[in-house]
Amino acid sequence: MGRYLLHRLWQSALTLVLASVVVFVGVRALPGDPAQAMAGEEADPATVEAIRAQLGLDRSLPEQYLRFAGQLLSGDLGTSVRTGTPVSDMIGATLPVTLQLAVYAMVIAILLGMSAGVLAAVFRGRWPEWAANGLSLVTLSVPTFWLGILAVLYLSVRLGWFPASGYVSPFEHPLRGLYYLTLPALILGLSHTAVVQRQTRASMVETLTADFVRTARAKGLGRAAVVFRYGLRNSLIVVTTIVGLQLGGLIAGAVVTERIFSLPGIGKLTLDSVFTRDYPVIQAVVLVVTTAYIVINLLVDLLYTVIDPRMRVSGRAR
Amino acid sequence: MTSSDKQPLLEIDDLEVSFGSGAAAVAAVRGVSFRLMPGERVAVVGESGSGKSTTAHAVLGLLPGTGRVTGGRILLRGEDITHADEKRLRRLRGREVGLVPQDPMANLNPVARVGRQVAETLMAHGVASRREAAARTVELLAEAGLPEPRRRARQYPHEFSGGMRQRVLIAIGLACRPELLIADEPTSALDVTVQQQILDHLDRLTRELGTALLLVTHDLGLAADRADQVIVMSQGRVVEAGPARTVLTDPRHEYTRKLVAAAPSLATARTREAVTVTAPAGRATATAGEGEPARPVLEVDRIAKEYRVRGRGGVLRAVDDVSFTVAEGRTLAIVGESGSGKTTTARMVLGLVPVTSGSIRLGGEDVSGLRGARRRAARRSMQPVFQDPYASLDPMFTVERLISEPLRIFRVGDRASRRARVAELLDHVALPASVAHRYPNELSGGQRQRVAIARALALGPRLVVCDEAVSALDVLVQDQILRLLDTLQRDLGLSYLFISHDLAVVRSIAHDVVVMRHGRVVEQGPVERVLSTPAEPYTRQLLDAIPGSGVLG
Repeated sequence: MGRYLLHRLWQSALTLVLASVVVFVGVRALPGDPAQAMAGEEADPATVEAIRAQLGLDRSLPEQYLRFAGQLLSGDLGTSVRTGTPVSDMIGATLPVTLQLAVYAMVIAILLGMSAGVLAAVFRGRWPEWAANGLSLVTLSVPTFWLGILAVLYLSVRLGWFPASGYVSPFEHPLRGLYYLTLPALILGLSHTAVVQRQTRASMVETLTADFVRTARAKGLGRAAVVFRYGLRNSLIVVTTIVGLQLGGLIAGAVVTERIFSLPGIGKLTLDSVFTRDYPVIQAVVLVVTTAYIVINLLVDLLYTVIDPRMRVSGRAR
Repeated sequence: MTSSDKQPLLEIDDLEVSFGSGAAAVAAVRGVSFRLMPGERVAVVGESGSGKSTTAHAVLGLLPGTGRVTGGRILLRGEDITHADEKRLRRLRGREVGLVPQDPMANLNPVARVGRQVAETLMAHGVASRREAAARTVELLAEAGLPEPRRRARQYPHEFSGGMRQRVLIAIGLACRPELLIADEPTSALDVTVQQQILDHLDRLTRELGTALLLVTHDLGLAADRADQVIVMSQGRVVEAGPARTVLTDPRHEYTRKLVAAAPSLATARTREAVTVTAPAGRATATAGEGEPARPVLEVDRIAKEYRVRGRGGVLRAVDDVSFTVAEGRTLAIVGESGSGKTTTARMVLGLVPVTSGSIRLGGEDVSGLRGARRRAARRSMQPVFQDPYASLDPMFTVERLISEPLRIFRVGDRASRRARVAELLDHVALPASVAHRYPNELSGGQRQRVAIARALALGPRLVVCDEAVSALDVLVQDQILRLLDTLQRDLGLSYLFISHDLAVVRSIAHDVVVMRHGRVVEQGPVERVLSTPAEPYTRQLLDAIPGSGVLG
């Protein structure tokens, strides 16, 4: 186990280094110049040059990268070109919002998706399966932003069930905070529910036709015991993988959702920084999200060993 | 036990089971009747598709998919359970009728502890509370012959060997002391020596407990060994029934006669006949050749294969110092149980796995170290036929494309000549030319294996490596394929390296045999000598484990 963990950590570190290079180059490939943006359209070339030198943008790319990497290693994410505040402060203020939204959305997606998936598998070929499949098709095909706008129009504006926008920290006001986050999380979660549902259904169908399930029934076990004790536990393996992969997409999806509901999350920060070519902020945000993604997948892989005893004998191929 | 005044435990009366519905319904069981007295042991024998397993599952109300009883009755102790509701069936399953299923690898829940899987049977029927069940589980596992049951109960199925898992399944089947135990091919996935231990144990347990046994098997020899009564099924009907010995020694129905003749496990009798009737034609050439020794096609000299065991720095010798020679026009068989190294040996010969040491010479040329173009050339004269005809043919290719593929790879001939060659090859393996445009899933298992053989022959190889090539086939089909291989050998002068776990099959096809165990050669020599007067106790043990060997002996 220790060896396996070490191996995975080393892999993760390597992935992070690669990600930092890609981000660094990618940001600089964007059209536009931060120095020009800061100085304004009318500024004379000498001023722009001075700003560029001050930001270190006049050096060669490898040199810039090394400086950037050196800062990172010492825990310094840099300073925003636009606002002059440390990037770490900006991320510290926005990341919790996005994480709350993403986790809440995932919980909704798992609860709805797994229940619908189990129903569809158990009532195969009957109406609950058609209903679940139809619903998943709709939530998959309808874009989040459109669904979000509809939800705001009807559920918030017309019916007044939910606030249309705004954010209250659930750490300060737990109930109110959750209440404010519910509609955005539901909208964001719905688009991922379909995937969870389909995967649950597929792996439940496979498990329920497995030989060991027939043997379980031959023991005299009831249907519910077979579905939950045998079917669901075996299907969790597949669902866990999907959830891990989805969390990355969820953070990306949060950018759109945050915009619709005006949540002060990392998505909003990213958009603002891209518009002003705020290199340090964009770089830092992407790196933080990448790190989150890697950590989540590492946790998912460790979770396998809890769910599936066959994985506990680590690193030894059978 | 067969006194007619007692009430039968299980009575099946004109049973009909169909799959599908309406006009598309297909009857899998048609008018089957038999009865089983308390404590009696009855075997239902038949090939795949004969309806034997379907009959057994109908008793438990566990028909797969769209299957349902469409006629007749099933009586348990006089109670009609043909259309019993789920509640009644749940009480019946496990409590009154136990099941030991076929494949021990697939029949335990991989994510639950073994002990729990035994205990839940007890708890489902209220036989024991949670606390009692745990203690009782350990007793049951011990009773089923599992060493260290207390520790084993806390482990997961993947930590068990196949034989151990089957013992767990037996413990589950007998947990609630049912009056009837249905054993559906309980050992066909296991090695012969393990198979024998398990069946002996099952025998003893059911006798001690007075449990009646309904044994479902494809193996006539095994049925004769283990049952009082044998019921032979074919295409959903009972074709013959009677006391085990009578059915085997004096079969009335033509189908049973064919089955007895084809069963390799009963080959003791057959070889004795064969030596005087059919064999001389084939074997004479081989024996006559012994004056001037036949030219060796394949010479394997002291090969070994080592695998590094990950994480522990150890080395596993999967194959250790193995040597043998396959002469022209002869068949050498390698027999062994799982883990004996026989398949790894075959893979090294085929060049699919590199050797760690030793040499492999094909037609005098060392092929073990060859790379690239020269290895490809060596492959031309050496072709494989694998075990599973369902998995080894690409389902997206037509038969013609499958057979002509090696010709295309080696750029032999043009389109027209390749087509002619495919027709010729189909003729060799006794398939009609019309098969060329079909896809593998339109063919039966036996036909697919013929296609695989035709493909192997396409390039005119000198050596064909058959890796368990007949193991997945029903006995009658198996017999046909073995005859085909024999004919091809005589007509084309082929040499075979035949890998098998089945001594009975080896006895009927090979000239020479190598017995392997734990990666080493235990014994080798001509089949007649090794299998009639084995020098090693292990060979003796393997021979004794063949079911049915005692019945006709």
